Amino acid sequence: MSRFTLIVARDLRLALRRGADSTMVVTFFILIAVLFPLGVGPDTAILARISPGVIWVTALLASMLSLERLFQADFEDGSLDLLVLGSLPLEAVVLAKSLAHWLTTGMLLIVAAPVLALLLNMSAEGLIALVLAMLLGTPSLTLIGAVGAALTVGARRGGALLSLLVLPLYVPVLIFGVGAVDAAISGMAVRPHFLILGALLAGTLVLTPLAGAAALRQAVQ
Amino acid sequence: MHRFANPNRFLRLTARILPWCALATAAAFIAGLYLALGVSPPDYQQGESVRIMYVHVPAAWMALSVYSFMAAASAVALIWKHPLADFAAKAAAPIGAGFTLIALVTGALWGQPSWGTWWVWDARLTSVLVLFFLYLGYIALVNAFDDPIRGAKAGAVLALVGFVNIPIIKFSVDWWNTLHQPASITRIGAPAIHSSMLTPLVLMALAFAGYFVCVLILRVRNEIAGRKIRALRLVQAQG
Amino acid sequence: MSTFAGHGLECARSERIVFAGLDFAVESGAVLILTGPNGVGKSSLLRLMAGLLEPAAGRITWDGAPMADDPEAHGARLDYLGHLDGVKGLLTVAENLRFWTGLGGGRGAPDGAVKGALEATGLVRLADLPCRFLSAGQRRRLALARVIAGTRPLWLLDEPTSGLDHDAVGAFENAVGRHCRSRQGMAVIATHTALSLEGARTLELSPYAEKAREQAAEAAR
Repeated sequence: MSRFTLIVARDLRLALRRGADSTMVVTFFILIAVLFPLGVGPDTAILARISPGVIWVTALLASMLSLERLFQADFEDGSLDLLVLGSLPLEAVVLAKSLAHWLTTGMLLIVAAPVLALLLNMSAEGLIALVLAMLLGTPSLTLIGAVGAALTVGARRGGALLSLLVLPLYVPVLIFGVGAVDAAISGMAVRPHFLILGALLAGTLVLTPLAGAAALRQAVQ
Repeated sequence: MHRFANPNRFLRLTARILPWCALATAAAFIAGLYLALGVSPPDYQQGESVRIMYVHVPAAWMALSVYSFMAAASAVALIWKHPLADFAAKAAAPIGAGFTLIALVTGALWGQPSWGTWWVWDARLTSVLVLFFLYLGYIALVNAFDDPIRGAKAGAVLALVGFVNIPIIKFSVDWWNTLHQPASITRIGAPAIHSSMLTPLVLMALAFAGYFVCVLILRVRNEIAGRKIRALRLVQAQG
Repeated sequence: MSTFAGHGLECARSERIVFAGLDFAVESGAVLILTGPNGVGKSSLLRLMAGLLEPAAGRITWDGAPMADDPEAHGARLDYLGHLDGVKGLLTVAENLRFWTGLGGGRGAPDGAVKGALEATGLVRLADLPCRFLSAGQRRRLALARVIAGTRPLWLLDEPTSGLDHDAVGAFENAVGRHCRSRQGMAVIATHTALSLEGARTLELSPYAEKAREQAAEAAR
């Protein structure tokens, strides 16, 4: 096994054995989305209109839930020192851990999203666009979140601070994620949205490991 | 104490610059405000409320410039490990957040008479709002660690990440705005501002920039003094 | 034959100069013991040696070449044991060990090395036990097993015997002996326990901490 896959496998195994974290993220995702009809009213037309935004905003919040522990757990038990010293470049470590995090949260959100789309009366075209947009968008969320998680390692009041750092940076993903679904529902061109989401993913894929690794090197000093 | 060799030179230098800078700032403020509130004509559409622009526009410029300054200082701090650069970025953040808040509030005050509502989800206002959150995040992060040096370093990375993101956020908010609001609202036309309006605007912008430099110098001096006091306490604690 | 040395080292921890003007040198086959009261900078010196911290002044060399020129090469020649064990409670003893050795070695350490390390630390019987059931001393032995299973020439050990019983300390001394004599490795050990290690030299850190204090007091005046 390469060292990259070793880290992914370890984090996946830890997530599976812990179990509760991933199920909590999905439960949170569905629960928050269910609160909207209760708050806005059961009018199916209104729900269908706001469903893309509701699902995306809820996904942003849910993907933040388990981010705080991404590096903090390794920091607390001393693993982070060893990962920094290890022969795998720290940038690759950040990527590997982000991949494992995405597989255990972002992926589950994508699986759960169609259920929410049905509950909120979204059309079939919208549903397909939603799943595709989330496939392109949620990895960016995890990667941007990983930088925030690396920056807040060892900080007082990590959780709230992390949201404050990361949520403003999520704005572009939110806008184009919702834009893709809205365009699909209203029969307009979806392609530009997907292209931009893809460009955002490519950009974060290159830049966030650099920033994350820089932040982690500071954290172990 | 070799690490304070540089700061000492900074202290001497700024002690000489500061009075002149403060004087120039005060002069620019007085002249700018006199021209903006007294001499410049009311707008033929917006009437007297156009005068809010003389505060709003320079504040918005400064909001972005100060963040750029922080990013540049952070880059210097990360690459050359210059201790003053850390201080400068950290000291600039609350001033920049203040400018951003002024831009938001004056935007709302201008919106009420012009659009009939305090807040419009206009692309520019929304971008400035996100910028405000970037400032708040930076300030919160810098102060979230027991060790101030660690806070400043984490802040430096965040400032750079935020700086890379600003154009992307701006672009996406503009896109979002054109999708949701077909251009029914137009703001003051940027082209062909008459010189009677341009002069006070430039003077106010200079005054804001001067204010930033003065307060920045004061805050960095303050920070240096704080570190010296902590160093003294540590010596005491070690007996 | 290699030499690991430091010249005129000064270490700053969050605005405080911990020690100043420190020199050290270790050759292949030698052991250097760091001693001194709490807070004198033993852990900081080990972290400097590992490259986790940057010295405020001075330089560290390997065979005369500054470590700062090629931090990755330096990372690849050392095994670091901090006061945290880097052990995940949800993974078994063997899984923890295999992860770190796999991450350290180029193609993953051979299974024989893992088995040998478990034997040397008396953990064979516990190999399939999840680590959350281990006592503090057993966790420490597992952390030592990670170092023993590695093939790096330089060991940097921070309080390696904390929590160990008498027999485990003996086994540890043997392991250090084997590492230095038969593998021509070197070890730097910060400890309060009297270890019986042949030919070990001792570096007392108090004078350098005293020097740092004098410098700080002078600068404050």
